[in-house]
Parts: sequence; structure tokens; C-alpha cells
Amino acid sequence: MTTPAPVLLEPPPRAESRLSPRAAFVVRRLGRLLISLALVVVGTFLIVHLVPGDPVRAALGNSATPELAERTRVELGLDQSLPQQFAGYLGGLLRGDLGESLQSHRPVGDVLGQRFPVTLTLAGTAFAVAVLGALPIGTATAISARGGRHRILDLAVSWVIGILLAVPGFLLAVGLIALFSISWGLLPAAGWGDPPHTVLPVLALGLGSMAYLAQIVHVEMLRVLDEPYLTTARSKRLPAHLLYLRHAVPNMVTSALTAGGLVLSGLVAGTVLIESVFAVPGLGNTIVSSISAKDYPMIQGVVLVYALLVLVLNLAVDLVLLALDPRSALLEG
Amino acid sequence: MNPALRQRLTSPRGLVTTAGALVLLALVVLGPMIWGDRATTTAVADRLAGPGAGHLFGTDELGRDILARTLVATRTSVLIALGATAISVLGGVLLGLAATVLPRPVRRLLAGLIDILLAFPWLLLALFFSAIWGAGTVSAMLAVGFAGIPTFARLGHTLAASVMGRDYIRAAQISGLGPVSIVARHVVPNILPPLTVNATVMAASALLSFAGLSFLGLGVQPPSYDWGRLFQEGFARIYVNPVAALGPGLAIVLTCLVFTQLGELYNQSGRRPSIVRRKAGAPPATQDGGPVAQIEDLHVAFPDASGRLVERVRGVSFSIQAGETIGIVGESGSGKSVTSMALAGLLDPTASVTARTLTFRGIDMTAPLTRTSRGVLGTELAMVFQDPLTSLNPSLTVGRQLTEVAQVHGGASRAQARDRAVTALTSVGIPEPERRVKQLPHELSGGMRQRVMIGMGLMARPKLLLADEPTTALDVTVQRQVLSVLRRTQRRSGAAILLVSHDIALISGFCDRILVMRNGEVVETLAAADLHEARHPYTRALIACVPDMTSDRSRPLPVIGDELPEEVPS
Repeated sequence: MTTPAPVLLEPPPRAESRLSPRAAFVVRRLGRLLISLALVVVGTFLIVHLVPGDPVRAALGNSATPELAERTRVELGLDQSLPQQFAGYLGGLLRGDLGESLQSHRPVGDVLGQRFPVTLTLAGTAFAVAVLGALPIGTATAISARGGRHRILDLAVSWVIGILLAVPGFLLAVGLIALFSISWGLLPAAGWGDPPHTVLPVLALGLGSMAYLAQIVHVEMLRVLDEPYLTTARSKRLPAHLLYLRHAVPNMVTSALTAGGLVLSGLVAGTVLIESVFAVPGLGNTIVSSISAKDYPMIQGVVLVYALLVLVLNLAVDLVLLALDPRSALLEG
Repeated sequence: MNPALRQRLTSPRGLVTTAGALVLLALVVLGPMIWGDRATTTAVADRLAGPGAGHLFGTDELGRDILARTLVATRTSVLIALGATAISVLGGVLLGLAATVLPRPVRRLLAGLIDILLAFPWLLLALFFSAIWGAGTVSAMLAVGFAGIPTFARLGHTLAASVMGRDYIRAAQISGLGPVSIVARHVVPNILPPLTVNATVMAASALLSFAGLSFLGLGVQPPSYDWGRLFQEGFARIYVNPVAALGPGLAIVLTCLVFTQLGELYNQSGRRPSIVRRKAGAPPATQDGGPVAQIEDLHVAFPDASGRLVERVRGVSFSIQAGETIGIVGESGSGKSVTSMALAGLLDPTASVTARTLTFRGIDMTAPLTRTSRGVLGTELAMVFQDPLTSLNPSLTVGRQLTEVAQVHGGASRAQARDRAVTALTSVGIPEPERRVKQLPHELSGGMRQRVMIGMGLMARPKLLLADEPTTALDVTVQRQVLSVLRRTQRRSGAAILLVSHDIALISGFCDRILVMRNGEVVETLAAADLHEARHPYTRALIACVPDMTSDRSRPLPVIGDELPEEVPS
């Protein structure tokens, strides 16, 4: 099947149509980022207020004295009116003050500052592994599958990819621990800090995404290989590396990157489970323990940071796509 | 039941999936009744046993059998996943439909909101809702379900919006049906199949997400248990008994597979056919100075949907002399393009090509190509395809696409190749060639792009220009320009031309010799000048279909039907 290559479409008429399409695209993206930010701030603020029943009692349990409950209520600002509380929350955010943990009484900002780099490292490394693995695997399997000459190998690879897709990260993590840590004693099963400790968490987090991306690259590559312009290129009898690297790969990079962007935010969320399995001291472990303890200021802080990370990454992917393929600005409605 | 579905159900994969679904159903219904006692019986003597004869997965710290607990937990795990899926689908579809039929401002607001929510990964949304509702079975199910709403809202919105644009909806609107009735009667039935497929995928994701939440301690709370909880308990003792974790983990994965495969079964399209590749028998007749290309008894077959080979070219023979202009004419499906692509060696790898002789400049096109013969083909065989929109690479500049043959096969330097490209573009009549080489194909008009394709052939020393419907995608005035460029190119380079077209008027005006093809066979070969003496009824019918100034315009043009005799009546 050949789908016609995306043809330049008229950009939809918009208020800012005097801007160049690229500038208009960036403006729209920034606008969406601002609206999303506002939603996130309101959403995190509302967590405490949407809790069924009394959040203070939920956090402290029934054994807490009325005095302690009252002190906590003031600490959370729940004694004020809703608009006052929101103004206070917003003011705190602007000053970088996210409140204090109900449990440890440490400033939430400090805890986040300590844990955020760990999560970012984990997600970033896993993403790099996923992309660097997926591009060659997807490309090679597509070329091989189209040739139809290595059918056993093709089948084996597609089975491995299928299994990696079906097994969720935290199950894969336990499988990896069972093999590498328990059976073979090669790598540590828990902890964080030095390279050996990062290997298994990164693999557990990244392999599934790698399989997913490899599949996207595979399908996109098959599409490109059937395009008429590739027949043109074949008619020139170019060496294989020129044919595939110069003529085919650039035409599937956009869609691969778009999928990569989705994977990236998925990886950020995936850290929650992986950190829990490998006892990695990152944001994921923090949010799980604070949800269990109903430590609301901490929950708000972590959710905020996660959401910000996702939004910034999405914007970054959009801008990279725009730089690589200017047409993406026009095709997007 | 429709036959296609029955065929899928009785395929090995269909049988396995159906069996898996039945086992799952049986476990959900009967599991707690059969193994309920065993799963709750504590036996302190047996506590923390490893896998053995009595306890296949071992026991937990109260001596309860983990296999029995895994089987019993099927009901909780599956029902919660289905419950969460139901929330996602119902909530999402309602939101998506609302975003389709409500007044414009509301519609845009909802669509924008869905877009923004979609940016957040599912697990993150689920954790947000978990933070509000706390840990527990019902709240975790709600959290997973709510987190899936944006996905389905977008899906429902996209599907409904595409249905809303159809003619029958317009007709219903004109007939005065209200938005709610239109949605209920016309939209919902049409978007149901894709929704069902996606719901099964959603069920698998919900199962995983819920297992994840339970694993984190935010889902099912003790003494209740589901697979995620069992997995967590097993993981805590993984050094003692890995099977206690891997058993419930396996249950999760297998159930996910059953869910997604059920969707696939419902949705599956034909798989890739099997491939048979045969080789030609005769050795190539190497010569220089003889015909440019020689084809004897060419057969080309393609596998159909079920993998059976269907012959599309059946015993075609002809040869092309140096400098000759030869045309192949025939209706679509007659095998004319397949023949020319077989000569160029550019058919899909799925095609099975056999021939007594299939050579270009003495190179056997049915055998693997050597390095030298690749160089010869790259420089001496030039191609022009039907659609100039798609036959140029959209992400490479015109210059790069022109120069590479000269660089790769001709050993030219970058600068030399660049100069030659400018010359080639000038000779196919492209104005401002220095500027054009820096542009991308989409910056050029259709006629211009087809000239670029012809110019590409001029970069080397073409001996044969293979033009497959080179003017079909262009409008009439541009067609004539492109043909005259082809003609000029031929004069300049002395190349032979093989022109493939369905248009007998074009072919007869351009070529010396004409091959008429039908159903994969050459039915007649004749000189263009003798066209009026054509004997085969099919050729005569093709000619009769072309109107000229003397055609009676009050009568319809003749149509070539299937009843045409296959053999030449003498």
C-alpha cells in the first residue's frame, strides 16, 4: 500500500495568520503549554479539596488529638476561604515554596530537588537506550522482511518484540532480577548510585519502549520502502547504505520521532513502578509513599513536577520535529 | 456468522485465542468456587514452602497455596479490569460525542481539553486520581477508568467526526432529525467496530495498570487480593521463591494476550502472503552492439491474498534495438507496467519472475547483480514514472537526487556532478537551473518534476529510457511539453525509449513500433505507421475508443467488453 506523501496543505485561517506558519505554530504550542500549566496548577491545588471527607482526619487518622488536627489544618491553610487558599498556593509556587511534608516536616521543594535528578537520569537513559536500539532494529527488520529471504530470523525477531510489548515493565523488571541478580549474581537488584545499579532499571524501563518504537520504525520503513521514489532510487542501483540511509530513513524520521515523543512521557510515568521495584530513591518512590501516607503537600509537589516534566518534554519534541520537518507545522490543525 | 470471521476463528491462532478466552471465562465464573477453600486454608507447617508436588507455585507466609490464590484472583483481576474499561469507554465516548455534536464554542473547548489531558501518560493520571481517592479496590478502579477517558474521548471524537461528514448524515440532518437521534441511529452503529477493537486493547492496559497500582500498594488491600497484590507479595520473597512472583506475573501477561488477541481476531486483515522465487533457466546472451534489451518468454506472477501465485505476464517476448522507440499499449491490468518493471529488475521481492531470456545490455536481470552490472544499470537505464509527485524523494534536494548517480557510478566529484546536473536541467528546459538544484521537489510544479526525472536519466549515458505512463498524471498542455522533452533527450543521447501507456493515440504518435498487450500477453505487434491495418479486434477496439474530429458525437464512444474474442479471427 502506498499512501500519498503529505502534500502542503493550506494552513487553517487563524487570528495570528499574519505570522509565518512556523511562528504561528510556536505561538499555538506556547499557548497550549500555558493553558496546560494553568490546568495542572488548579488540578494539584484541588487534590486536597476533592478528597472525600476531611483530608486532615484522612491524613492523621482517628487517633490524632484535636489540637494536632487543628494545627495541621492551619498548616495546610484549610482554615481559610477557598480563594484565599488558592492565592496562597499560587503565591507559594511563584516563590518556589511548595509547603512542608506532613510526615518528615522537610520542605517539599528540598525533597523534590534531591529526587528529581534521579528520575530524570533514569528516564533519560532509558529513552536513549530505546531510541538507539529501535532505529537500527526497526530499519533492519523492515528491509529484511521486505526481501523475504530470512524468514526464520524475521519471525524470531518479531516474536521477541511481541513478547517485550506484551510484558509490562515492572514484570520484566522482576524477570531481569530473577535472572541477572538471583540466578547469575551479575548485577545488583536494588539501590542506586553507580553504573551497575542503573543497568537493570534502565533495561526494565527502556526495553518495552524500544520494542514499541522498533515496531513503529518497522512499519514506517516498510511504507517508505514501497514508495515510488524508492523505486526511482533503486533504479539508480545505489549501494545499500546510500539507498537506505539517504533515501529511506529521512522519510520515516518524522513519524518515528512523533512516536518517540509519546514514548518519552510514557517513560516518565513508567519510572514510578520501576523505582518501586528497584528501590530507586526518585520521584516515583516519593509519590507512592506519600499517597499511602496521605502526605498532601508532598503529593501536590510530586504531581506538579511530573506534569511539568511531561509538558516540557512534549513541547521539546514538537520543536525538534518542527526544526527537522517544517511541514509538521502546516499539517497540524 | 460471516465466512471471513469463521475462517479466522478456525485458524490456529483463532483456536488458541478462543480457547484462552474460554479458560479465562471459566476461571472467572468457577475459580473461587473450586479453589476458594484451598486459597484461604492456612497451614503454618507448610508456610513459605518452595514450589513442589503439593504446591506448584509454593505457599505464602500463612501457608496458603499460591497457585490456588492465583487462580481464584482471576475473578477480581478480570472484573476490575473490565469495570475500569467500561468507565473509560462510556465516559470517553460520551465526551467524544459531545465534542462532536454540541455548539461550536463548546465543541472546541472540549476538543482542546481532551488534547491537553492526552498529553499526560495514563499512569500519571491514575496516580492523580489515586491521590484523591486514596488506596483501595474501588478507588483504584475508578482511577484507572477515569485515566482512560481522554484516550477514548479522542477516539470517539475522531471517529464520530469522520462519520458526521458523510452524505447520509447530511441527508438525515436535512430530513429534520435532531442531533441526539442522529448520534443514536447513524453515528454510534458506525463507530462501534473500531471502538470494540480499542476496548479490548484498553482492557489489557487496564489490567496492567491495575496490577501496577496493586503492586505499588495503592490497589486491592489485604485480606483481599488480586494478581498485582500476589505479585507484590511474591516479589518481597523473590530470593526465596521466584515462582511466587513469576506465577501471578505470567497470569497477568497471558490474560493481556487473550484480550489483545480477541481484538485482533475481530479486526485482523490478511497476512503477508508466502513468497516463492524461481530462477530463470537460460544463461544470458552477452553482447555489445546487439539489441539493448531482449525479452523471451517472460512470465511474472504475484502471490494473491491467500498466497497462491497469480500470473500477470504470460510469455511475453520482444527486443529493443539501439535508438528505437517502442510503445506498449493496453488497458490497466494488461501487464504492460509489470513487463517494463521486470526488464528494469525493479519488481517487488514478492514477484516471481521467470524468462528464457531477460537481459539489458547483456546483463541477466533474473540473476543477482554484480557490482559492475549495477554500475551499467545505474548509468545506462533511466526511468521515468507515472506520478512525479511521489517518484522524487520529498526530503532530498533536486540537486542531490540528480548528482548521486554521477558521483556513485561515474566517479564524478561533487562539483563536477553539480555542473552536470545544471546542464541536464537546462537541456530538459528547466529555467533557472542553478536555483532549482537547491530546492526540494515540493517546491516544483508537476510538469517541472517530470522534467527533473527525465533530466536525472541524462546525468549518465542512457541507452534505454523506460517511461511508464510518464504523462498520465499531468494535464494536457504539460503532457505535450514532457513528450517533446523526451523526444529531444532521445535525439541528444541516442537512447532507445520504451514508452508504456494506456493511450493508443499517444503511443502511435510517438513510437516506431507498438506492442499491444492484453491479459498478460502480447496480442499484436505492428509498426506505428500500420496502425490502421491492425488485425486484432482488441487493437481495433482500442483505436475505436479514441474520438477524433470526425467522430459522431451524438453516439456514445464504444466500450471494450469482456465478450471480445480471445483469438484473432482470420
